[in-house]
Amino acid sequence: MIWRWLPLAVMLLWALAAFFGNSLVSGANMVNLDHILDTPGKSGLLGFDDLGRPVLQRLLAGARTSFIVAIGVVTISLMLGTTIGMLAAYQGGWLDLLLVRLIDVFMAFPGILLAIALAGVMGPGLDNLIIALSMVGWVGYARLARGQVLSLRERDHVTAAVALGSSRWVILSRHLLPLLAAPLIVEATFGIAGMVIAEAGLSFLGLGIQPPDASWGSMIRDGTSYMLMAPHLVLAPGVIMLLVVLSLNLLGDQLRDRLDIRFVTEQKMS
Amino acid sequence: MIDFLISRLLSALLVIVGVVCLVFLLIHLIPGDPVDVMLGESARAADREALRHAMGLDQSIVSQLAHYLTGLLQFDLGDSLYAKQSVVGLLVERIPATLQLAFAALLCAFVIALPLGILAALKRGTIWDWGAMSFSTLGISIPNFWLGPMLILFFSLWLGWTPVSGRESSTSLVLPAITLGTGFAAILARMIRSSLLEVLGEDYVRTARAKGLGEPHVLWRHAMRNAWLPVITLIGLQLGALLGGAVVTEVVFDWPGIGTLMIDSIQRRDYPVVQGCVLFVSLTYVLINTVTDIAYGLVDPRIRYGGRP
Repeated sequence: MIWRWLPLAVMLLWALAAFFGNSLVSGANMVNLDHILDTPGKSGLLGFDDLGRPVLQRLLAGARTSFIVAIGVVTISLMLGTTIGMLAAYQGGWLDLLLVRLIDVFMAFPGILLAIALAGVMGPGLDNLIIALSMVGWVGYARLARGQVLSLRERDHVTAAVALGSSRWVILSRHLLPLLAAPLIVEATFGIAGMVIAEAGLSFLGLGIQPPDASWGSMIRDGTSYMLMAPHLVLAPGVIMLLVVLSLNLLGDQLRDRLDIRFVTEQKMS
Repeated sequence: MIDFLISRLLSALLVIVGVVCLVFLLIHLIPGDPVDVMLGESARAADREALRHAMGLDQSIVSQLAHYLTGLLQFDLGDSLYAKQSVVGLLVERIPATLQLAFAALLCAFVIALPLGILAALKRGTIWDWGAMSFSTLGISIPNFWLGPMLILFFSLWLGWTPVSGRESSTSLVLPAITLGTGFAAILARMIRSSLLEVLGEDYVRTARAKGLGEPHVLWRHAMRNAWLPVITLIGLQLGALLGGAVVTEVVFDWPGIGTLMIDSIQRRDYPVVQGCVLFVSLTYVLINTVTDIAYGLVDPRIRYGGRP
């Protein structure tokens, strides 16, 4: 069915906007006092904001921001979390005990709260945003990887590898990691959706991307002051973000069904 | 039984100690000198030294941590740099508003999720099921900080039914509760559906039906009773997301709770208050989880001897 491809198509558009949006259109930060709060249609496809900046161009710039942050954070958290989780489970003993406690402590911070605190303390900006979200994001992957390795390490092919004298790293990377890939990819797909919301949420709170650069979250925040006069300022970034997040969640569902993985990963960041 | 209680309480205590240490370390993540960041570079040298001394930043990190821990045991989290008030005092002022919002959101989530989840499970594979689950996917994907302004635009600005923000009138709570509750309702509806579907396939439900009991009786007296248990545990685990989301929702509606206090304090660089807010919310979360865990163990003996369900 054609609509099954829709989420993938949205993802592709998002990636294209992130990579080529800048070169296709320019002037996302250009102030034009003649166009302040112009509604869509009058000369700009999606209208203009309170400083007369074109909304469409800012949406594309925001796509870039959210893409860089979400993909960056999930890549870092995935690598960090998987390494920690696999090591804990395979090594066992005091290292496992210590790492499990560490995971428990990080799990004790509700959703986006720790990210808000970290971003608030470290100061705003793209780098700090990615660091703050990665420090929160790794935990889920670590827990998942640990749980999977605990059950997989008893498999015959692992025993065989041990008997053949393979080193620990070979066993972890060649014999265990490929089996972990499917659940981790599904978790990461939902993770990207969560991070898109988290990035926009932190930017909404003024802790993420700083003006004049665009983020969907800060566009929504700036737009709320002009909702009666110019509802398009809040509508446009919200609808686009909803489309991207919805597509990622649907994609995650599809992947989970196709790869036949049974676990619950719905954790909303904000 | 006693062993189970002690082991759960001990592991909760370990987590709490870890949480406190991490929150304590937050202030050391400030790039550069925390005193510079809090007072600004133009502050007088005497003021800087006074703050450094008051916050114990002139001591070694171990004695600072010891000081923080002993303070915490006496419910002393230091003083706010901005308001001439203790952090605990500020928190106590704001806690009722946040709890009110969280409970209202929880109630709202139940009111939405219970009929949806049951409907989806009973009419599995039909358009009803598809509709309920589509709502659920949408609810998980919609961020609070967008849903909130949309509700304000529609119900407050266009229809004029509810106030835009604040906590003054009796209808102020409605929109924030819906905003915060929707995401939770989406997850809850899925949980109720899958939990109920599992139970409906059991032999005793078939027996109840075979006895000729009416469908409502089978649902409420036989199926739902057992479907609740996993749902309640998962609610405990998901409450964290609710509390985290409350921070954002409070800012959207200018709701005078812990969330707005935290964000205002971040903007004022009032870090002791930020630490206090994070600590309060996460300790509440740990407490709720431990209580859920223990309560579940009391109800279901299998948990006491095995792992989690």
